[in-house]
Amino acid sequence: MTHPELTLTERRPFQTRRRDTWWVQPLAVFTGLGIFILYATFRVFEGAHFLHGPYLSPFYSPLLFGPKEVAHSLEHSWFGAMPDWMPALITPAVLILWAPLGFRFTCYYYRGAYYKAFWADPPSCSVSEPRNNYRGEHSFPLIIQNIHRYFLYVALIIVCILAYDVWKALWFDDGNGGTTFGIGLGTLILAGNVVFLGGYTFGCHSLRHLVGGTVGLLSKAPVRRQAYNCVSCLNRRHMLWAWMSLCWVGFSDLYVRIVATTGFEDWITF
Amino acid sequence: MAKATFRIWRGDANAAQFVDYETEVAEGMVVLDAIHRIQADQANDMAVRWNCKAGKCGSCSAEVNGNPKLMCMARLNDLPLDEPVTVEPMRAFPLIKDLVTDVSWNFKVKEKMKPFAPRPPDAEDGTWRMEQEDIDHIQEFRKCIECFLCQDVCHVLREHDLHEEFIGPRFFVYAASLEMHPIDTENRLEELKDSDGIGYCNITKCCTKVCPEHITITDNAIIPLKERVVDEFYDPIKKLFRVFS
Repeated sequence: MTHPELTLTERRPFQTRRRDTWWVQPLAVFTGLGIFILYATFRVFEGAHFLHGPYLSPFYSPLLFGPKEVAHSLEHSWFGAMPDWMPALITPAVLILWAPLGFRFTCYYYRGAYYKAFWADPPSCSVSEPRNNYRGEHSFPLIIQNIHRYFLYVALIIVCILAYDVWKALWFDDGNGGTTFGIGLGTLILAGNVVFLGGYTFGCHSLRHLVGGTVGLLSKAPVRRQAYNCVSCLNRRHMLWAWMSLCWVGFSDLYVRIVATTGFEDWITF
Repeated sequence: MAKATFRIWRGDANAAQFVDYETEVAEGMVVLDAIHRIQADQANDMAVRWNCKAGKCGSCSAEVNGNPKLMCMARLNDLPLDEPVTVEPMRAFPLIKDLVTDVSWNFKVKEKMKPFAPRPPDAEDGTWRMEQEDIDHIQEFRKCIECFLCQDVCHVLREHDLHEEFIGPRFFVYAASLEMHPIDTENRLEELKDSDGIGYCNITKCCTKVCPEHITITDNAIIPLKERVVDEFYDPIKKLFRVFS
């Protein structure tokens, strides 16, 4: 029996002879990233409920300026109150969140994932694309993705700041104007956030290149060799770290919002 | 003995179509075994390229149920045999006949690349001295059997036919094996950026997924080369540093 079909070079959008559920992975990426983008956009512009006791949402850390209408925010802010001339749309999160979002947007893993899920470029391996022209990252605008290493430098600083936030989250108000040591559920959640973000950031392809990628003879540079091996180890699971850190940073922010708005009693051990 | 239907691409560049063949299959068979049985019993004129039947020569590359694979390594018990198994030639290269494509473009690309340029020998007998750990990270690139499945699945070649502007994953692996070699002295970064078109790669990792030798093409070859190109051409601080150093 014969089957006259398209020639090998003629293609229809999304045409493939794959029989597996190739669309599941790009759909999952589209859904996961889509939910995060919607939630993060809402929280960034909400401009409130990012503080509870010693807990500071990672979406708002470092808190450069504290909004006057948010109680205790000035205690956490680096440079005092938000200037009056700042437009209302500019929340403390807007001032800092460009860096971690830029780091993720230009990340080698996420690039491959969202090119498939959002641009269908290609929709999946050996599945035809819905467009004919293609420039890739060879020219403008996507050539800008090469800025990734600069976002990395900022992301490394932010991981350190978030680690300091965990330290601050160990000290609770004792009711007498002082502080007392304790570990709350929020402390553990914020600590988990640093672990996952650290695993993601320290496994970055650009960091791997920075610490050892240009060294021709790693045997002659033992410290860089060790660093290269450590980054390579994390890099092998970069996708896993990317998703765990994305989910956990969103959950950390949600937790702070829940305890700040609902009266949910944070479990604290003293 | 159980029977299965194979829907095989038959014809040449002028006219071709899928043709169904039913044949007997047994436990342990691979797609290439079935193709050979069909060739022997029903289609003596069917063209198929093969050699080692052990996944080491890279000759029998094709697309099985839409997935680029070596036919000799595609086991039938991993495929659903209750429906026809489609077998077609690689799409990224011109069809010669049936399952055979013209892959000579790849060899022309390789000829144009700057060859290995070792530093002067370390010893009087004309040999070099290297530490094992300095050569370890390029060893995996030498596993390449040149099956060109990575070239076939790469959408830059497969979908957009950018063969004149993009050398494909196979040759980024080759370039990485030379660039990262501890005794190589050549600089290939300008070619990688311009004529080799590394910027066209958008890191979808399809090449890594289909590699029968499990070479981590994207993470260990292409991305490190992209980073070297960024160092040389797109990083203003590095450029500034080079001016003053």
